[in-house]
Amino acid sequence: MLSMNAIQDPVYRDEPAVEADQRDVQPVISANNVTVSYGDKVALSNVSLHAPANQVTSLIGPSGCGKTTFLRCLNRMNDLIDICRVEGEILVAGQDIYDPAVDVVSLRAHVGMVFQKANPFPKSIFDNVAYGLRIHEMTTSKTELQDRVEFSLKRAGLWDEVSDRLNDSGTSLSGGQQQRLCIARTIAVEPQVILMDEPCSALDPVATARIEELIDELRKKFTIIIVTHSMHQAARISQRTAFFHMGELVEHGETEQIFTTPKDTRTESYITGRIG
Amino acid sequence: MTKSFTEITPALKRRHAAEARFQWIGRVAIVIAIGFLITMVVSIAVIGAGALRQSHIALDVFLDPAEINAEEIKNADFGGVIKAALRTKFSDVTKRRDKRKLYGLVSSEAAYTLRDMVLRNPSLIGTTPKIWFIASDDIDIFFKSHNASGGGEETHRISSKEVAWINEFKKAGDIETRFNSRFFLSGDSREPELAGILSALAGSAFSLAVCFALSFPVGIMAAIYLEEFAPKNRWSDLIEVNINNLAAVPSIVFGLLGLAVLLNTFGLPRSSPLVGGIVLALMTLPTIIIASRAALRAVPPSIREAALGLGASQIQATFHHVAPLALPGMLTGAIVGMARALGETAPLLMIGMVAFIVDVPKSIVAPATALPVQIFLWADSPERAFLEKTCAAIIVLLTFLVVMNLAAVLLRRKFERRF
Repeated sequence: MLSMNAIQDPVYRDEPAVEADQRDVQPVISANNVTVSYGDKVALSNVSLHAPANQVTSLIGPSGCGKTTFLRCLNRMNDLIDICRVEGEILVAGQDIYDPAVDVVSLRAHVGMVFQKANPFPKSIFDNVAYGLRIHEMTTSKTELQDRVEFSLKRAGLWDEVSDRLNDSGTSLSGGQQQRLCIARTIAVEPQVILMDEPCSALDPVATARIEELIDELRKKFTIIIVTHSMHQAARISQRTAFFHMGELVEHGETEQIFTTPKDTRTESYITGRIG
Repeated sequence: MTKSFTEITPALKRRHAAEARFQWIGRVAIVIAIGFLITMVVSIAVIGAGALRQSHIALDVFLDPAEINAEEIKNADFGGVIKAALRTKFSDVTKRRDKRKLYGLVSSEAAYTLRDMVLRNPSLIGTTPKIWFIASDDIDIFFKSHNASGGGEETHRISSKEVAWINEFKKAGDIETRFNSRFFLSGDSREPELAGILSALAGSAFSLAVCFALSFPVGIMAAIYLEEFAPKNRWSDLIEVNINNLAAVPSIVFGLLGLAVLLNTFGLPRSSPLVGGIVLALMTLPTIIIASRAALRAVPPSIREAALGLGASQIQATFHHVAPLALPGMLTGAIVGMARALGETAPLLMIGMVAFIVDVPKSIVAPATALPVQIFLWADSPERAFLEKTCAAIIVLLTFLVVMNLAAVLLRRKFERRF
């Protein structure tokens, strides 16, 4: 079993692309019969979903269907909501993350998150990326910290735009740049899984295209779960798609299969634009 | 339905009229509010400005070697020497009652002024130097109003004889008003012409320092814990309701608490800024907690989520990101609370800071009074001259309040971040 507490010195050089089908079939994330309720209101019922490594899994569905709730269960961000109760079992890399022995701090270092609205800290661009490295004490020297910040910014495709103004505030960047900064900040701590909650919903098509390219690039190294409102985006970037409706996981499978031959009529109605 | 955009229907006319009416009511309300404010400030300023000038009278004083022994200067009767000088100047005054009036031209401080002068320079003994003395309060008021209006105010406080003497001084150029530095540099006095606000200012400063040192750290820590860490349950609701209620408790109740607990149970020194500061801190604490919680709540949750999502612990997210962003708001709340504490009188009356304090307090346990209490004391005094002192003290207090509130606004401007 993989320890959540030890963050091994990660190799932070670009690895040769590994195609998904050559990888271990063992899913990185598997949720079994997960039910989430806010007080008396059940937001998700009995969801079982598996996300394989180095693939993009997109969660689609109409507003209020529970897809964001599910995403936030995966790094226990729902802990912040007092009335939220999670039942069932969620395994990340084989370990039950709702086990009382699990430390959410190290869980979240392994399962990073990018939010709907870009939320850089009102600090310098450098400090934004360095923050995670600093709190997890992942670097030993100043030069190593600088190298890793640079590497993360490069991997997020932002380095060329900000290399000469690392001391400017992160909030001075444009919306798309801010979101890429948030991605750089997340990947700097080398998580296994990146959760993305509609990362492009506030961006224009050009910035969206850049992020989508980036997501495709990142999946070589990370496992990505993305919530999206855009079915086109799901079709473009994900290998697997899960359709949620009214707190239920209606259907999930290969993206191509979901979009061409959905098994459930609700999925079909949604992707053809009749509901949602 | 209107046929064209230029057609004014009765309904449209009514709507426009209602809007215009409302705007006018608003403007009138603002004019009334500003009018009251200006009336108050101007009337206080006009009266209080008088306290900045103090009349001085010059006398040719013969420092009689027979009266002043060079060896024992301290024991000499300088009051007698000044009286003699006045008798020499107005030799026609013979009646006992008139003489007493004559001696009252100069302040009782005159003898000490003269003594200090001779102590510094004993070679003056035997000469007749011209020395400026502080005029007594009634003379001072008469002369200042006389100078201003030309006619001079004839009141029952001052007789025609005294007016004649003043005119004689005036003719010789031996009476004039000078900047009243004494008002800012000395403590309280029974004599209005000698009274100053320094002891009250120092008392207020010490009290506020104690108040800030106690209430700021306790207040923001309580706010951070309640807002960021405390579980939300019946207990935290109860605490929240009680803090809000405490903020509305009349301040004199805190004074009673200070009297009963701090003075009587713990035996802390009465009239001291230490006790005053603790009582004010108790009073300010709810204000700071409420303002700080509001400031913390105003930090966008996305910042908190960003930090937690990166694997920051609750305390790291709070102290690295949330608290620094909320700090300007917390400071503003604290300064506003301090400003309220500065103007507070009632609780200080209960713990004995209403005493007559001449000496400027040197520590937080020395007996002291505070600015608003000093204003209260002076306003209560029968001497007419205390009126202008009262107004001047109010101006000083208002100046400090404005400066503190301005500091709060500037701090907020400077550190406020946009998201």
